[in-house]
Amino acid sequence: MKRRNLLATAAMGLMLASGAFAQGMDKVKACFVYVGPIGDGGWTFQHHDGAMQVKAAYGDKVEIQYQESVPEGADAERVLTQMALGGCNIIFTTSFGYMDATNAVAAKFPNVKFEHATGFKREHPNVSTYNARFYEGRAIQGHIAGKMTKTNKIGYIASFPIPEVIMGINSYYLHAKKVNPDVQLSVVWAFTWFDPAKEADSAKALIDQGVDVIAAHTDSTAPLAEAAKVEGVIGFGQASDMAAYKDGPRVTSIIDNWGPYYVKRVGALLDGTYEQIDAWEGIAGGEVLIGEITDKVPADVKAEAEAMRDAIAAGTYHPFTGPINKQDGSPWLAEGQTAPDGDLLGMNFYVEGITGEIPK
Amino acid sequence: MDFGGINPVILIATLMASAVPILLAALGETVVERAGVLNLGVEGMMIIGALGGFVVAVQTGSPVLGFLGGAVAGAALSLIFALLTQVFLANQVATGLALTLFGLGVSSLGGQGYNGIKPPPTGPLLPDALADLPVVGPILFGHDWVVYFSILMTAVLWWVLKATRVGLIIRAVGESHEAAHALGYKVNRIRLACIAFGGAMAGMGGAYVSLARVPQWVDGITAGAGWIALAIVVFASWKPWRVLIGAYLFGGITVLQLNLQVAGSAIPVEYLSMAPYLITILVLVIMSAGRKGKASGAPASLGQNFHASR
Repeated sequence: MKRRNLLATAAMGLMLASGAFAQGMDKVKACFVYVGPIGDGGWTFQHHDGAMQVKAAYGDKVEIQYQESVPEGADAERVLTQMALGGCNIIFTTSFGYMDATNAVAAKFPNVKFEHATGFKREHPNVSTYNARFYEGRAIQGHIAGKMTKTNKIGYIASFPIPEVIMGINSYYLHAKKVNPDVQLSVVWAFTWFDPAKEADSAKALIDQGVDVIAAHTDSTAPLAEAAKVEGVIGFGQASDMAAYKDGPRVTSIIDNWGPYYVKRVGALLDGTYEQIDAWEGIAGGEVLIGEITDKVPADVKAEAEAMRDAIAAGTYHPFTGPINKQDGSPWLAEGQTAPDGDLLGMNFYVEGITGEIPK
Repeated sequence: MDFGGINPVILIATLMASAVPILLAALGETVVERAGVLNLGVEGMMIIGALGGFVVAVQTGSPVLGFLGGAVAGAALSLIFALLTQVFLANQVATGLALTLFGLGVSSLGGQGYNGIKPPPTGPLLPDALADLPVVGPILFGHDWVVYFSILMTAVLWWVLKATRVGLIIRAVGESHEAAHALGYKVNRIRLACIAFGGAMAGMGGAYVSLARVPQWVDGITAGAGWIALAIVVFASWKPWRVLIGAYLFGGITVLQLNLQVAGSAIPVEYLSMAPYLITILVLVIMSAGRKGKASGAPASLGQNFHASR
């Protein structure tokens, strides 16, 4: 009896919601699925910050619901189904691994809008994808890394071998190499988004082998905490500003600023202008912010880095501008050619000069 | 003196530090299991210790008090387990698993507001002059005090369990609680004390993660170390020195696989990543296959509740 009531209410809710789409809505329930805890100080923290910006922008007209530490896999599908049944109008799934679950659940709930972060599958009209051009920030980090390293060894703590991460590695390396031809890059694959102890161990392994500039693609602040233990090692804030390490190893950061996008999308749902999109904004769109460059960086390097940031923002410089060869020496981009988005989103190769192989 | 780009001296020094959390927790669990109690809540006690230690260290500014706080927090959580299993005679396996889930949840709740704070540093114990000696310096003299404490505890527990009256009583309770009861020992009280000790050790191990190894608080910081500690106790057939070897082996392979990656080893990353777990399983199999017919060294009353009905 109760179960039937629940389903009936849910169905009614959906019908009401669908009726309201065309002419906008009075109230939107926006739901968020997080891959880690809000307190990770990085990736999930920033998504939640975006959710809070939505709340601040629309007040009573929006209701926020979220669930933390949802595993990528079968659990995600359960959580999404529950959220859709629970009256969510728009659901943001904030990790690459939710891609298939998002599309599967979206098929069952055509009136609920789904927004999947960093993915590329939009199998149904109610699925949009959004991403940020993190590789633009990596270019700036690479420039600083190439200028600042004294051992000519730079490191990258990678999470999973997906295009987004490989893009970051390539961009980081290319720009370090450009200003320092002797630079060598070591990549450690941690195979986790969030495991502070393992991230710290990865950083330590890099430092033990003489690496003195560490970039991380994992979510916690552990690599910076590890770098702080050794004099002369620098690192970058990842996903969040990680300003607590400003006095220590953090020289700048890539900040994922999801707020404006979330506010825009929920707003579109409220006023009835919502459409399926594939958003990929970068520094220019304000989705990627470059955190304050500290005084540890010499003034001239800082000025160059800021000039590069501004050039990328203005659209006059693309971090992947030819000539660039693939790792095996075959040409990828010709002189002056910039990388098409399709190549970037499917990137599965290192550029020339990086040693080691990408795990399959 | 490099092998394939890896400096063995630094490797050994690093593995000694990275093994401390699992070593401490496994030593505590060894005593608990020697007394006949199977507490699967090690992971929960570790993470509560990690949070408790972090909070105390941040509030007081003293890392040493932090480790004490971690021990107290771990022991306090283990007392819930002791109450349920020793007084209410609840199933030990189920209660232990529940303790882990409970600990993870409580630590996540209690840790709100402690993100992004840096705890007071736990530095090396001995002067730099000693640590700068070639080869022996980094391995023997370059550590913080907890590393030495963990080795000391191994020796102390070995001695206590092997050669003292207290050790004999603990072992008697674990091997045959009926016999120990008949001799007049308060089985449940002795077990309670052992559980609290195990909780304190796990809590200290957890505090080492949040105060020294990662130095910060984040949710889920122990990331499964408690389960490894449980496996190492079996691996070590309930003997303290073998616990040390097991913890160093596991810590060593974990550190080695990361170093191999950095050094650009030709072995695919996936194999390196699974190596620590694979070798743990392999050694477990070899250890148990090596003693045909004989007991695996497990205390005879392990996991059985005792009630003094006669």
